[in-house]
Amino acid sequence: MPKVTIDGTVVEVPAGSSVLQACELAGKEIPRFCYHDRLSVAGNCRMCLVEVEKNPKPVASCAFPVADGMVVWTDSPMVRRGRRGALEFLLINHPLDCPICDQGGECDLQDESMAYGLDRSRFREQKRAVRDKYFGPLIKTVMTRCIHCTRCIRFAQEIAGVPELGATGRGENMEVTNYIERMLTSELSGNIIDLCPVGALTSKPYAFVARSWELVKTDSIDVLDAVGCNIRIDSRGPEVLRIVPRLHEDVNEEWLGDKSRFALDGLRRRRLDRPWVKRGGKLEEASWQEAFTAIADRLGRLNGARIGAVAGDLADAESMLALKHLMQQLGSNNLDCRQLGEKFDASRRDFYLFNTTIAGIEDADALLLIGTNPRREAPVLNARIRKRWLAGNFPVAAIGEPAELTYAVEWLGNSPQVLAQLLAEAHPFLKRLQAAERPMLILGQGALARADGAAMLAAAWELARKAGLLRPEWHGFNVLHAAAARVGALDLGFLPGEGGKSLDAMLDDGVDALWLLGADEFPIERIGPRTFVIYQGHHGDRGASRADVILPGAAYTEKHGTYVNTEGRVQRGALAVYPPGDAREDWKILRAFSAVMGKPLPYDDLESLRAKLEAENPIFGRIDECPRRGCADLSGPKGDAQALTDAPFVSPISDYYRTDPISRASPTMALCQEALRANMPIAAE
Amino acid sequence: MNEDVRTGFEAFQPETFAFDEQSEAEIEKILRKYPPGRQASAVLPLLYLVQNQMARQTGSGWVPRAAMDVVAKRLEMPPIRVYEVATFYTMFQLRPVGRFHLQVCTTTPCWLRGSDKVVAACKQEAGIRGFGETSADGLFTLSEVECLGACVNAPVLQINNDLYEDLDAERTIALLQAFRRGEPPPPGSTIGRIGSAPEGGPMTLISEIEPPPAPGAE
Repeated sequence: MPKVTIDGTVVEVPAGSSVLQACELAGKEIPRFCYHDRLSVAGNCRMCLVEVEKNPKPVASCAFPVADGMVVWTDSPMVRRGRRGALEFLLINHPLDCPICDQGGECDLQDESMAYGLDRSRFREQKRAVRDKYFGPLIKTVMTRCIHCTRCIRFAQEIAGVPELGATGRGENMEVTNYIERMLTSELSGNIIDLCPVGALTSKPYAFVARSWELVKTDSIDVLDAVGCNIRIDSRGPEVLRIVPRLHEDVNEEWLGDKSRFALDGLRRRRLDRPWVKRGGKLEEASWQEAFTAIADRLGRLNGARIGAVAGDLADAESMLALKHLMQQLGSNNLDCRQLGEKFDASRRDFYLFNTTIAGIEDADALLLIGTNPRREAPVLNARIRKRWLAGNFPVAAIGEPAELTYAVEWLGNSPQVLAQLLAEAHPFLKRLQAAERPMLILGQGALARADGAAMLAAAWELARKAGLLRPEWHGFNVLHAAAARVGALDLGFLPGEGGKSLDAMLDDGVDALWLLGADEFPIERIGPRTFVIYQGHHGDRGASRADVILPGAAYTEKHGTYVNTEGRVQRGALAVYPPGDAREDWKILRAFSAVMGKPLPYDDLESLRAKLEAENPIFGRIDECPRRGCADLSGPKGDAQALTDAPFVSPISDYYRTDPISRASPTMALCQEALRANMPIAAE
Repeated sequence: MNEDVRTGFEAFQPETFAFDEQSEAEIEKILRKYPPGRQASAVLPLLYLVQNQMARQTGSGWVPRAAMDVVAKRLEMPPIRVYEVATFYTMFQLRPVGRFHLQVCTTTPCWLRGSDKVVAACKQEAGIRGFGETSADGLFTLSEVECLGACVNAPVLQINNDLYEDLDAERTIALLQAFRRGEPPPPGSTIGRIGSAPEGGPMTLISEIEPPPAPGAE
């Protein structure tokens, strides 16, 4: 490895590094606008100039490879003069509107101006003005502020895989644009707001809402898909104002899907902020005591076997455990979390996890998608697949509805019979899987949430076994979940107990009382007319519309909760703001109700509840641990692999922007859906 | 010119564009020059074809946005990459121009040799006030361009794809009138200069000289 001397310190850096990377290794901060370590090198801002010995001119360190014995100065007079000059040129056409710019306070250009900026302008000509562009309902553009770093262009092309941005014109007339005034058709488009080093691209819903230094920042976990992206919740007073991604190399890198980022205005709308009780066929406001009494009256008279509970897609593990304990006290085994009727086999964890792990995708060398559209179901994970695909030698095939996934996919057909052919060794793609060293398959909810789901699970496992996906050091069998709560619920065993009823059996008056913990996605209309429905949740969505008693709970930004992502990684979200009105954290509601029933649940604080969680399943004690797995036990899940039907696959997510109570209540998400529809006729051309 | 380009959706943009037979034949020839998977390299010649076909069909050589989309589709590249190329080169017109696009070079050599007079003559004859304008009869559009690479024969005026050299005010007016009559003169010097040879004919290499024998030849 080459040795480089940086400001007198000798560092050893990997061959092929740039001088900028070497400087970072030496702990020197190099200012930059266009360089980003996840994007290709453009080298056009000239801010990262350094002095390299024996080089007559300063060099752009981001695009200059290191060589053994190189001597670099990062703070010499030449460097400072060079950077000052580069910055002066960047500022020539940049407006002085920091006081009204949303980037103010977190702007790279502002920061660097403090270090290298001149205190006056020597530019006496007309500044140029650029007309703003339309990038859809999420991204606000003020293109006069653009310094042409082209990060957004490179992001759209490389990471998001939607080459829709470009630089038109030349010289002084260069503009960053999509030229055709349409919404960016990417689920990751919001990330260009973070990437933009100036205020040219800012968040439209967040425009003029707050200044960055007024915000309280809380590290948390996203729950609007099952990836478990790490987020930072920015709030002021009682309101969540912004959600931005947090770095986690093994989960989301530094990206975040648009739904997770922008659905937050749904947190302020259609909220359940006080208990409601149905009296004479009409919901009326009530106190907690009245609501609890109404439920206790009803449940007290019922046999436990006639009571059921369903956990929703956004539920935290703590409240699911509390609900499970409550049901056990009531003598009920009727628990279910599979709102879409997915056929899981929870007897072993690797039957329902994304075993390869998200970071592990980068080590795979062949991929088969079955009944899944990862772009819609988990856009950040899809970006990881694209990243792997871009690295080359990564055949991807898919069984399911054809869709544009941002990488080349061989569509094998939309029928489970293709899977049967693969199993019968009558399909050429089997050879590609077998030839691969670390092949993987991803089984989506579209494959499991159907009548022959169990057969699908068994067949996929059988294929994995046959094609060599399961090895002691490599686990290539993956289930991609769409709901943040699902893996946690399965780990807790929130499933029908002995003699218990599944969700399907609980519907149509299969039980007399049904406790819905934020469950809105199953066919609500199938709840029988005589069933007494308790809805505990945060939004007046489908479930609440059928409820007899409504208990107002907390959304994910308003409670300390544990979530398990699709790879089985246990992560903890945190309370950023308090729930509105009378609403409370969900486990506390269940604990309080158990006291009304006379049998208080044995925990009074979060710590003792989390201890119970760990006792239920030790994985809940291992926060953010997700080791690479291998598969030693090849015996497969329950289900007859031969029982596959002909029915084509249907993705459970038809509309990325509206999948849960929060995003359905969000006006921004509604705008996105509309804008996307306006794009459609062009896409169909 | 580029500052006028905004969205590709201005009122004058046609809804659709399709290559005609003549262009298709050319495309086939052009695409054969590039290996499969590298067709995007043909974007410049194809845009040039578009502009020529528009001139043929509508009398105005320009590149509509719809045509860029057609080129993108044909070359299997994202439309924005075609927009980038088409807007980068000033030789592609992104809005309709007159039948005869007058492109006056005003770079230093032409300017020293009297390009101001050529500009004035163009304005006078076409009846327009400034660069970027099109005459009322739709025949002439005047543009200011940078060096056209014919400095030896300055000042130079490019009309559509042809260069007219050694101009002055009168000859410019005569030239435009000829175009208006529909009798465009052959391109090149307007004072009878041969290629880039000195005015009045060659001054060196006048007599023919035997080439020296090739080395090794007896």
